[in-house]
Amino acid sequence: MIPSLPRPAWLRVSTLIYTIGFLTFLFLPLAIVAVFAFNDAPYPAPPWRGFTLDWFLGNAASGRVGLLQDGELQGSILTSALVACWVAAGSVALGTANAFLIERSRSRAVRALSVLMLAPLVIPGVILGISILAFASRLAELGDDWFGWDLDFLRPGLPLVVLGQLSYVVTIATLTIAARLRRFDRTLEEAALNLGASRAAVLRTVVLPYLKPALLGSAAIAFLMSFEDFNTTLMLVGSDAPLTVMMYGRMREGATPVLNAVSLFLMLASAALALLLIRGQRRKS
Amino acid sequence: MLDGAARARWQNRLLFALLLAPAVVWLGGLIVLPHVELAILSFRERVGPRHYVPSLAQYATFFTEPLYWHVFVRTAWLSIVATLLTLLVAFPIAWIIAKLLRGRAGTTLFMLCLIPFWVSETVRTLGWMILLRESGVLPALLVRLGITPVPVELLYHDATLLVGLVYTSMLFMLIPLVSSLESLDDSLIEAAYDLGANGVDVLRRIVIPHAAPGITAGCIIVFMLTLGNYLTPTLLGGKNSQWFTEQIYTQFITRFNWEEGAAFGFLLLGLSTAIVLVGLRLTGQSFGAVMRDSR
Repeated sequence: MIPSLPRPAWLRVSTLIYTIGFLTFLFLPLAIVAVFAFNDAPYPAPPWRGFTLDWFLGNAASGRVGLLQDGELQGSILTSALVACWVAAGSVALGTANAFLIERSRSRAVRALSVLMLAPLVIPGVILGISILAFASRLAELGDDWFGWDLDFLRPGLPLVVLGQLSYVVTIATLTIAARLRRFDRTLEEAALNLGASRAAVLRTVVLPYLKPALLGSAAIAFLMSFEDFNTTLMLVGSDAPLTVMMYGRMREGATPVLNAVSLFLMLASAALALLLIRGQRRKS
Repeated sequence: MLDGAARARWQNRLLFALLLAPAVVWLGGLIVLPHVELAILSFRERVGPRHYVPSLAQYATFFTEPLYWHVFVRTAWLSIVATLLTLLVAFPIAWIIAKLLRGRAGTTLFMLCLIPFWVSETVRTLGWMILLRESGVLPALLVRLGITPVPVELLYHDATLLVGLVYTSMLFMLIPLVSSLESLDDSLIEAAYDLGANGVDVLRRIVIPHAAPGITAGCIIVFMLTLGNYLTPTLLGGKNSQWFTEQIYTQFITRFNWEEGAAFGFLLLGLSTAIVLVGLRLTGQSFGAVMRDSR
């Protein structure tokens, strides 16, 4: 069972077969999506009818609207990116404050709070979505009834999508940043204070540079989680659909291979982000 | 001097308050108060325009309407099956990564297994749809191989749904399993063999007890994600999927019946909490330890 023990040949062969089978299972759907982005057919289905770039470059005149001509799809990519930027910025800011709070305070209230911070991870995304939708609309109603305010941002739309995604992405950013802060050598901070640095200067020149890899890493993860979120977003979305919601709508109607093209773009973008993160971590260590 | 100390203490308090404020606003405004609102909604009934009275009618509807009840039980049951299947499929791979492959090879295989999960669930589901639908790749292959005379529809079956759910949860099972198996000392296994144990004994009495926190953590996370999944059931299961999150969506968004939708939301939350607690009790784990272990 382990390398130091003799293993019969059949076990070694079946291990190899299992590994190959498992990797095939993991990669087959992605490979299929990528391949059919180039199939010269109106639907992403076999048989293979030759190679084409129509689903990237085609325009309405050719009868095939490619990714570069599909304004609706491009708009939804931009919408997703905009939402993801807000979520990344918000979750890093909140996550940093939370990390300092749970790592630097020993009060009982903070310890209780740090357990509550895990709650968003165990609440289904759909429920986070509907609860925030209901609460926001209650606030909007109260604002209207009591003060006559028109609180439009509390109606389904992008601001609510950002808030909905923040509700659980902040937890992940907090855990990432707190894990790094925990390993920080506090004597460095004390030394800087002894040498006459102000607290703000210590934070800026000693602690934040140390935290930088975790801050960048959690920003990237938050961006990715926001970009890919579906459950929470679906409940809070207004008229501007982010990419996942747009793709979902088209997939139900039976879409053209332009969806494969946009998927391939997403795969390449995720791969680039992953490589960037791994390289960043290598340099750190 | 005293003045300076008092000032420092005041500064500390201010700093503490400034750090506490974001956490309170986030957890209060986006988690606690919304759930309070959801609870209020679920315990009231509309008796006239803008007129509501406290009532248990929403929950009563759930228990008296066989459809809702059926979908609820079905979702719970299929989620448990999907979780166990994920564990069965992931365990050998976690073992290979953690124990059989040394150094670089293990890390590389682990990285390879993580790659697909960088891509959105929407894209992965699109892949399964192209593979499995009647005009898709697999039915065409089956005809080519002479196994079926005409293309068969492979989507919209429970088995398909399970494949999709297992696929999409794999990552969350693999990570805790690998980390718990990596910490198992090989010499324990060698010693067991020296003392005459066979493979089954080793698995049952050494490996599984050691990996229990990882197994529990993986199962809890996978179960909750499966129960709350919406995309995979609606796209791979179609109308036959009958997943409880679809009922919540229908009540909340399509029918605009927020009271009923809120009650459904709480029932789902209650179900996931209950099953997680039962799982923890059965395996003798604590929630805090499991969450620590899963990181």
